[in-house]
Amino acid sequence: MQLFPCPFCGPRDETEFHYGGDAGNARPDGADVPTDRWAGYLYRRGNPKGTAREIWVHMSCGEFFVMERDTVTHMVLSSTALGGEHAA
Amino acid sequence: MTRRYSALSLFKEGLAGQTGWKQAWRSPEPKLSYDAIIIGGGGHGLATAYYLAKNHGITRVAVLEKGWIGGGNTGRNTTVVRSNYYYPESVELYGLAHRLYEGLSKDLNYNVMLSQRGMVNLCHSTAEMEIGARTVNAMQINGIDAELFSPEDVRRVAPVYNFSPDARFPVFGGIWQGRAGTARHDAVAWGYARAASRLGVDIIQNCEITDFITEGGRCRGVQTTRGAIRADRIGLAVAGHSSVLAAKAGFRLPINSYALQACVSEPVKPILDTVVLSPGCGVYVSQSDKGEIVIGGGLDRIPSYAQRGNLPTLESVIAGLLEMFPIFGQLKLMRQWAGIVDVVPDSSPIIGPSPLPNLFLNCGWGTGGFKAIPAGGTLLANLLATGKHNDISRPFDLDRFAAGRLIDEAAGSGIAH
Ligand SMILES: Cc1cc2nc3c(=O)[nH]c(=O)nc-3n(C[C@H](O)[C@H](O)[C@H](O)COP(=O)(O)OP(=O)(O)OC[C@H]3O[C@@H](n4cnc5c(N)ncnc54)[C@H](O)[C@@H]3O)c2cc1C
Ligand SMILES: [Zn+2]
Repeated sequence: MQLFPCPFCGPRDETEFHYGGDAGNARPDGADVPTDRWAGYLYRRGNPKGTAREIWVHMSCGEFFVMERDTVTHMVLSSTALGGEHAA
Repeated sequence: MTRRYSALSLFKEGLAGQTGWKQAWRSPEPKLSYDAIIIGGGGHGLATAYYLAKNHGITRVAVLEKGWIGGGNTGRNTTVVRSNYYYPESVELYGLAHRLYEGLSKDLNYNVMLSQRGMVNLCHSTAEMEIGARTVNAMQINGIDAELFSPEDVRRVAPVYNFSPDARFPVFGGIWQGRAGTARHDAVAWGYARAASRLGVDIIQNCEITDFITEGGRCRGVQTTRGAIRADRIGLAVAGHSSVLAAKAGFRLPINSYALQACVSEPVKPILDTVVLSPGCGVYVSQSDKGEIVIGGGLDRIPSYAQRGNLPTLESVIAGLLEMFPIFGQLKLMRQWAGIVDVVPDSSPIIGPSPLPNLFLNCGWGTGGFKAIPAGGTLLANLLATGKHNDISRPFDLDRFAAGRLIDEAAGSGIAH
């Protein structure tokens, strides 16, 4: 059982967290976004082997945050509130 | 020197003290160039090489594998073979694979131990029964054998299920496919390797692809831990590592890699004569030829390249198993393991040209590509030989994500995605 650090609640059981996708995957804006851009935003992923920057939600407190994590060792490198003001 | 397996060769080798068997496949040094290179020596890569040689007469082919053949998901899966999918496109694909599986032992001259013991997907409520009826209808219309099972039918094929009145997941019926079953996973890899090698294919193990050689915007070969190897047609069949290689080739795929785990109990006498899947319990189970209870469940919760699987998922799988079969509570678990699978948003594979010309994709099989190996091999071989799709692979092209023509088989894929 792994503990993940919520920037607000501190270390909690991994089962309280839900994975939410790549960090920095900004939704395209405007009326004439090409379909390929939409496909990139909606579907294509970095899926790195090694260090990954990801959006997670702590389901107990409902906060979304950015977690940096090694996808091979599962070591957590950092955990930051989306606004960036808290860090654990 | 005995090359073909037959009753007579078995008899002769028995008399000769088993000394004349030839190694099943050659292990040559890599050449500097080939007509086609296949990256990944799992079932899909090996089958691709075999069908390139057999169906298209292209035999200057190398299969490059970073570890040992069949050491990826092909050697780690729970061996279920079926074609009970929903959409016509999937039925064409998995139906082709299923038909080829039925003739595979003969075609390869290698016993892949296909055991068509049937499979039931349980329904645990009236609502699930209605969906079940719809699925059975779709399968029948698409020409796949399917039957809607009553609770009595389920009791007939799986008498040790928990039919008690206070069962948490009571049986309302199920979706039955009689031609479904299991096959020996290692044998599928070894059988294709042996048959491909005999047709001239070079199978090269311990050879990791570290980069692509591109010239004039086209892929012209690969850099490997055993040197540069060139070819103008390159197939990629590396399952959970597709994104890693795509990044080297300069594009991104609609794939997340997850661990999928499985476990087996100690062997016991025959007690379960079919494959049982319960979506409610999140578990599917069968008994191996050795007597072990083979247990599979849903994906791990965290994108991962750690090939071991995490504890919360294993716990929920075991809890689900004991809801289904309280009698299994006495069994000891012998082994648990995981494979890294390539999960696509619509739970369907990606087959077709990649954004890098000359490089073709066979990936995204996720939790369910073992059953598809003969079809994946046939289709990637066709793409490499002709450069073009045929009618079966066309719908699975990467362009479906930009076109919005997804083939959403989240239910047909069987286990939670
Ligand atoms: C626990 C579990 C249970 C499953 N149960 C079932 C089931 O019951 N039925 C079913 O149909 N499917 C099942 N599956 C899915 C199935 O196993 C896979 O979809 C299928 O085996 C994929 O085959 P493949 O040939 O594409 O990949 P693999 O067999 O994984 O082969 C890919 C190969 O590529 C190699 N490779 C990776 N990177 C490189 C590189 N850089 N250079 C060279 N080689 C490289 C790997 O070493 C590997 O050997 C299950 C999977 C798991 C993990
Ligand atoms: Zn929190």
